Amino acid sequence: MERSMAYERDLNLKATELRLGLPGSDEPEKPSTTPSVRSNKRASPEISEESRSKGSSCVSSKVESGERDSAPPAKEQVVGWPPIRSYRKNCLRAKKNDQVDGAGMYVKVSVDGAPYLRKIDLKVYKSYPELLETLENMFKLTIGEYSEKEGYNGSDFAPTYEDKDGDWMLVGDVPWDMFISSCKRLRIMKGSEARGLSC
Amino acid sequence: MLRKASSFPEEMLEHVLSFITSDKDRNAVSLVCKSWYEIERWCRKRIFVGNCYAVRPEMVIRRFPELRSVELKGKPHFADFDLVPDGWGGCVYPWIAALATAYPLLEEIKLKRMVVSDESLEVIAKSFKNFKVLVLSSCEGFSTDGLAAVAANCRNLRGLDLRESEVDDPSGQWLSRFPDSFTSLASLNISCLGAEVSFSALERLVGRCPDLKTLRLNHAVPLDKLANLLRGAPQLVELGTGAYSAELQPDVFSNLAGAFSGCKELRSLSGFWNVFPGYLPAVYPVCSGLTSLNLRDANIQGADLIKLVSQCRSLQRLWVLDYIEDIGLEELAACCKDLTELRVFPSDPYGAEPNVSLTERGLVSVSEGCPKLQSVLYFCRQMTNAALVTIAKNSPRMTCFRLCIIEPRAPDYQTLQPLDLGFGAIVENCKDLRRLSLSGLLTDRVFEYIGTYAKKLEMLSVAFAGDSDLGLHHVLSGCEKLCKLEIRDCPFGDNALLANAAKLETMRSLWMSSCSVSFRACKLLGQKMPRLNVEVIDERGPPDLRPENCPVEKLYIYRTIAGPRFDMPGFVWTMNGDSV
Repeated sequence: MERSMAYERDLNLKATELRLGLPGSDEPEKPSTTPSVRSNKRASPEISEESRSKGSSCVSSKVESGERDSAPPAKEQVVGWPPIRSYRKNCLRAKKNDQVDGAGMYVKVSVDGAPYLRKIDLKVYKSYPELLETLENMFKLTIGEYSEKEGYNGSDFAPTYEDKDGDWMLVGDVPWDMFISSCKRLRIMKGSEARGLSC
Repeated sequence: MLRKASSFPEEMLEHVLSFITSDKDRNAVSLVCKSWYEIERWCRKRIFVGNCYAVRPEMVIRRFPELRSVELKGKPHFADFDLVPDGWGGCVYPWIAALATAYPLLEEIKLKRMVVSDESLEVIAKSFKNFKVLVLSSCEGFSTDGLAAVAANCRNLRGLDLRESEVDDPSGQWLSRFPDSFTSLASLNISCLGAEVSFSALERLVGRCPDLKTLRLNHAVPLDKLANLLRGAPQLVELGTGAYSAELQPDVFSNLAGAFSGCKELRSLSGFWNVFPGYLPAVYPVCSGLTSLNLRDANIQGADLIKLVSQCRSLQRLWVLDYIEDIGLEELAACCKDLTELRVFPSDPYGAEPNVSLTERGLVSVSEGCPKLQSVLYFCRQMTNAALVTIAKNSPRMTCFRLCIIEPRAPDYQTLQPLDLGFGAIVENCKDLRRLSLSGLLTDRVFEYIGTYAKKLEMLSVAFAGDSDLGLHHVLSGCEKLCKLEIRDCPFGDNALLANAAKLETMRSLWMSSCSVSFRACKLLGQKMPRLNVEVIDERGPPDLRPENCPVEKLYIYRTIAGPRFDMPGFVWTMNGDSV
């Protein structure tokens, strides 16, 4: 039942509906805040396949955890309150996978060879394609398509992340929600180190 | 018989001054007369600059030619809570470059809330032949490459302390850069590092430094390796463990317990990430000697936690999560009569509902049972005036009281009244109070009490409190020793600020964010007070594009003899005189 719901959402029936008016002139489906980065490109079939199957399991877990989605949105969080150190906030957040809170989840992004780092708010993205597109735009590079067997084969860049155990993982391997709750920082590897990951 | 100042031999005065180390006393000495000023400045060895923008490095160098130790602070305290945007400033490089030329014999650099680049660390590593101590507290901007430079070059290093800093650590190899001939390390704190460090390099380092007294590991050092480290350093006084969990194996356990038993000098424990309770008894042998226990990152709960704490009968300082609950604090009060400092942190600060049974009763128990209690930081979800009055009566020696009731503007949950009376009792009874943080529902009344009674107060933190400018006026006009004032989300505006402008020159700094201070008032203040830097922080864009009576987002005012700073980012505007 939940699977078909997710499937329908991903097919985006609304967009293909016949109606008067220009495409894209609709209000967004969700009443909650939409991510500031909208993916206009059609996501590659492989990766959207991945996120669809993983997405549905995420949807079902949300439904199971019950009130979270149907209850009124979580109390809006005030910046810097309660007054605890920011890096500790990320540690606490990583411990709680199912908690809904309104604060951003900023992680550092480094690219091999770039002189300075950037910070992005992972909460703003809802899926891997959105995140990867942002990274491509931010750093003016091409990461390419993910496949479970071969990673980002053929690309000069491989997006990796450090999880809460301190291990470096390839972005895309785990379900999005699990990624969000365990990602501490991102590093886009370059060159031979990156290509070597596909082996 | 009159004795002229000039007949008192300089060397004797210098000798006497060598026993005077407190900054305040040194400053007082320098004001006696010109010759004392001169003698004092030539023999001052340590300097503390509470705000790196209050003075320029050249000014420090000109006055104090023989410094061996420099301590600097950069960003305002509220930067810890994300209230200061990235890029605000606090870059240490200009200081390091100046110090490198002026003080080849410099031995210590201590920095707090500053941006430290790898380049700065490289300059430190290569410029000071006798460099001994580097403390980077809540700093950022550097990586393990910078640390590698320090390790490779500082032959006489005694202390490297990275407490709470954010370090970019792509590799743990930097530790191997300490040469094999390097044996002088006495203190190492790498608890903030995320990545693994090379364990074999760490083990060899610990094994060859006989003076090592402080070792704070990061979470990546596994428990089964801890015993080896401890056996290599039985003289340790302060230890921070790594992750404290592993599969329970009898030989690992007995090895660890044996190693701890061998550390007869151990007085301070911290670390304990990811605790597996089965391993806790391994530390029991050292508990009775502990004076400081930091369980701030430890997920120990219930009976395990209480059992651990209640064995530490000599405890003076305890930092713990609210898993300790009221019941654990009662036990603490019964067992630890020497307790002077308690910090209780929230395990679930963003949860809507309480996840533990920690209330005002816990703190009251501790104040009743621990007569030496002086310093409190307490996060909780409910409070009453009655509890605060009791605490105040029980702890007249309190010097630092920071209460954080998690819900902003929460009233006394029994009477639904503001907590003015409770905090009023604190400031009235605790005559030596130097630091106070307020929370809960508070009116202007509490500020009237503070202005009336808190005569020794140096630092005050205020959030979501007060009704009007009168509140701010009470504090600025009444608190004679006020040094740092930080305020957020309070209805304080122009009047109190402008009426007390002169007061601001007697303080280190004032921070106000999400208050009602207008751009016009900021400009006026900047023009009136040339020895203050009045900085408006506003990410909405230039304040002069909005009406003058529009409140600014954030305001940071500090006294300075350095004039306006030149390294301000695009979202900071200085209100000094003509540059407005």
